[in-house]
Amino acid sequence: MKEELIVSGRMNHLIDPQLQIWHWHIPLYLFLGGLAAGILFFAALNTILGKEEKYPTAVKIAPFITPFLLIIGLIALFLDLNHKLFFWRLYTTIRIESPMSWGAWTLMVVTPLSLIWCAVNIKEIFPKMEWKYQFLKDLDAFFRRNLIFISWLLLIFSLILGVYTGILFSAFNARPLWNTSILGPLFLTSGLSTGAAAIVLLSKNHNERNHFARIDLMLIGIEIFLIIHMFMGFLASTQVHIEAAQLFLGGPYTTPFWLFVFTLGLVFPATLEILELRGFKLPYWIAPVLVLFGGLLFRFIIAYAGQVSRWLY
Amino acid sequence: MRYAMTVDTKKCVGCSDCVVACQTENKVPIGYCRDWIVEVTDGTYPQLEIEIRSERCNHCDNSPCVRCCPTGASHYADGGVVLVTPNKCIGCGACIASCPYDARYPHPDGYVDKCTFCLENRVKKGLDPACVSVCPTKCMYFGDLDDPNSPVSLVLKKRKWKTLIPEAGTMPHLYFLI
Repeated sequence: MKEELIVSGRMNHLIDPQLQIWHWHIPLYLFLGGLAAGILFFAALNTILGKEEKYPTAVKIAPFITPFLLIIGLIALFLDLNHKLFFWRLYTTIRIESPMSWGAWTLMVVTPLSLIWCAVNIKEIFPKMEWKYQFLKDLDAFFRRNLIFISWLLLIFSLILGVYTGILFSAFNARPLWNTSILGPLFLTSGLSTGAAAIVLLSKNHNERNHFARIDLMLIGIEIFLIIHMFMGFLASTQVHIEAAQLFLGGPYTTPFWLFVFTLGLVFPATLEILELRGFKLPYWIAPVLVLFGGLLFRFIIAYAGQVSRWLY
Repeated sequence: MRYAMTVDTKKCVGCSDCVVACQTENKVPIGYCRDWIVEVTDGTYPQLEIEIRSERCNHCDNSPCVRCCPTGASHYADGGVVLVTPNKCIGCGACIASCPYDARYPHPDGYVDKCTFCLENRVKKGLDPACVSVCPTKCMYFGDLDDPNSPVSLVLKKRKWKTLIPEAGTMPHLYFLI
């Protein structure tokens, strides 16, 4: 039997004995970014499809929380930086190979778009609100004239934002758990699902709630498929990927992931949604709250477990 | 020009002189190191085999840290040496997460720091990096891989060698003679 004992003299803070460079900031931001992307995606999509009247919460109400989500996310990202005064360096260059670079630029496009969206719909929240100056009125009229164009922009950039939250991790080949291209689509699906859940939570209209519960159900199905697919891929891959999967299959992340994320955050809310659609009377907020909770915890677990997974050496 | 370093694992005794020399030369903050010693013991008693390595940044040809840096602070300098420009670095930690060797660390001043092969302070003046020059067993070699008569090229021709985690696709330039 071959045994190997490795002793390293290195003890750098946040690196050894185990990488801890990213804390709560990154997963929180990934959750908020994904959630905002989901809400904005449905707002833009239903505008393009001309269903503003049918789904008013999705198009006009829910997007009001997105600037707050994005700004809190940006603050979290800023707090995560170790060399904070140089943060502006992100915006002096675009590096296409670096997901963090084009992700930062995507945020710089999506955040103003979300603010424009709120400005255009401000009368839904404050009916007596009037723009004070003529140029603001002109600007408002300009955005209204071009709402379909803005919707298309928002649709595309919200998808980029959603998929980027996963690609940020999957681009690191040094951390085998993150290094799977499924992570991009998986985080996008999860972001859209949390977005749909937020709309269900905010909506007062029964038909709209049912519509988005159905969408959420479909997205949860895709998510479950992608999660199983991810583990199949790991187990069929190299030793380091098998070990990464083992963190979730008997390792320290088994219970948090399968109990809280998979069961309580996906399977259970999906069951509740099916029962509700079948006509059972249940408190409508339970399923979306669980979906949101599961989405948040999922990002925390992937962020922390990824830093544990490493190459053999 | 392509700078590289070789460490003779048959000669290295793990004395850590290279670590201390680097910390002194490069004013590495207390408690951190840019190079370090790894001891690997293989087998079961009494059939034991030990390998001692002095490790540092591999100055890879295909560096994940340079690829993922959002600001271009991590870059390839002369001779393929991977360096960080402190006043371009935002301290996001992406390069730290991307390094399969965990060779980088967050400097207490905020930017990310790592081995520089002593490029500016010694190599450009015609000296060997601090770690190579102090090694009491002379187990380290430094030089230009493109020059067939450099110490690294000569020793790599003569001896069997390996690199660390070549399967990560990084094309490292720290060679270990075995």
